[in-house]
Amino acid sequence: MSAAVKWFWFASPQTFFPLAGTIARACWIGAALLAVAGLTVGFFVAPTDAQQGEAYRIIFIHVPAAWMSMFLYVVMAFWAAIGLAFNTRLSSMMASAVAPTGALFTFIALWTGALWGRPTWGAYWVWDARLTSELILLFLYLGFMALQAAIDDPRRADRAGAVLAIVGVVNVPVIYYSVKWWNTLHQGASVSLTRAPSMASTMLTGMLLMALAFWLYSIAASLARVRCIIRERE
Amino acid sequence: MSWGGWSEFWAMGGKGFYVWGSYAVTLACLALEVYFLRRRSREAKT
Amino acid sequence: MIAAARAIVRRDLLLALRRPGDVGTALLFFVIVASLFPLGIGAEPNLLRAVAPGVIWVAALLSSMLSLSRLFAADHADGTLEQMLLGAAPLGVVVAAKVLAHWLISGLPLVAIAPLIALQYDLPASLYGTLAVSLLLGTPVLSLIGAIGAALTLGLRGGGVLLALLVLPLYVPVLIMGAGGVDMAAAGLSPQGQLQLLAALLVVAAAFAPWAIAAALRISTE
Repeated sequence: MSAAVKWFWFASPQTFFPLAGTIARACWIGAALLAVAGLTVGFFVAPTDAQQGEAYRIIFIHVPAAWMSMFLYVVMAFWAAIGLAFNTRLSSMMASAVAPTGALFTFIALWTGALWGRPTWGAYWVWDARLTSELILLFLYLGFMALQAAIDDPRRADRAGAVLAIVGVVNVPVIYYSVKWWNTLHQGASVSLTRAPSMASTMLTGMLLMALAFWLYSIAASLARVRCIIRERE
Repeated sequence: MSWGGWSEFWAMGGKGFYVWGSYAVTLACLALEVYFLRRRSREAKT
Repeated sequence: MIAAARAIVRRDLLLALRRPGDVGTALLFFVIVASLFPLGIGAEPNLLRAVAPGVIWVAALLSSMLSLSRLFAADHADGTLEQMLLGAAPLGVVVAAKVLAHWLISGLPLVAIAPLIALQYDLPASLYGTLAVSLLLGTPVLSLIGAIGAALTLGLRGGGVLLALLVLPLYVPVLIMGAGGVDMAAAGLSPQGQLQLLAALLVVAAAFAPWAIAAALRISTE
């Protein structure tokens, strides 16, 4: 009984509010430190790539941003599902708080992907399977945000968004594999952004550090946003 | 990785536009998000 | 339960027959959109033959989407929807019946008209069968997925466009498999893989979409 009480203690927006602030502050700092470390490795430790020269250094943003965009969508769908299943307000608020950050990272992945593609393969957009899937993911994020924005009643917005997010997250693998198949069928440009440069371990280290930095940033931004949502609603 | 001076660093082997264009836009996006979050927080406090 | 479903399908079909304008408009839209492409990209026969499957599929997709907002709106306006929500028949069955009626009215006619469009694009007659089967399997999926969006956006301002934004990304696999199957056949390869995947999508959508639609309807009408 007391374990259950402890578990749901922080499910109340009021009690979660100060905790969110503390965690967010720690994560802002952590994110900044990890970013400095990651960029140092990326620019001053990782060597020049044999095939792509210096342009490859964009992957220290592109790949972590793409990872975050996909991870955050799942996180968003998770909190939305919890909110729908247990009728907990805070869970739904978390889903709404995560969405804009996820959409932002999706955009960053697309932008950096385009700027990486141009010097490496000649065109800003090559309808590569991963970039195309990222584009559709962006539409999924924007659809979620647009639906919630169009509904005035917060509870209806929470629940409708949850259904959409669950339908979306179930469809993401289907979309990804169908786009991948589509890409092989229409093998126009035989290029693939998935064929990353052969990874020196320092390159991987840089990418992982940046990924962690983005992750902590996302936590901080989402918690800051959920605090705003709590204030606005209560 | 040793750069032969700052000018080489900024040039990025001729691909400076793409590399720095990526990093600059990313930084701008994140900064904008933080800015809008702060503004939203201030408005929510009222 | 079957009786309730049959009653709903019959009712929706009757209502649609009384207003043939609605049905006709969606069909006309299909034909017009398909006619726009050559005006935009030029009438070079080889080009048209190559883009025909994709164009027909996109036009079918857009046309199917146009009629979605009407799926629940009329019943919502006159209170019938509330009756359905409170009624004895399981909401999943009710919803499936409505989607079936929607497909019979908006999807099946597309399958019938598609060969005419294919003729316009000089698509080889040997591909008509594959095209028809792909549309036959795919348009019900479009109706099922689209109905989720229609239920979620019930009564919202900016409904139609918002519905499109929500539903089009989810349509992508159906579009890829449908048009891709015909493309494979056009290249002399077997479209079996794509058609089987479409069939699988249909089975999964038919099994799970009614739950999502019902949940969305309850959420939208509380």
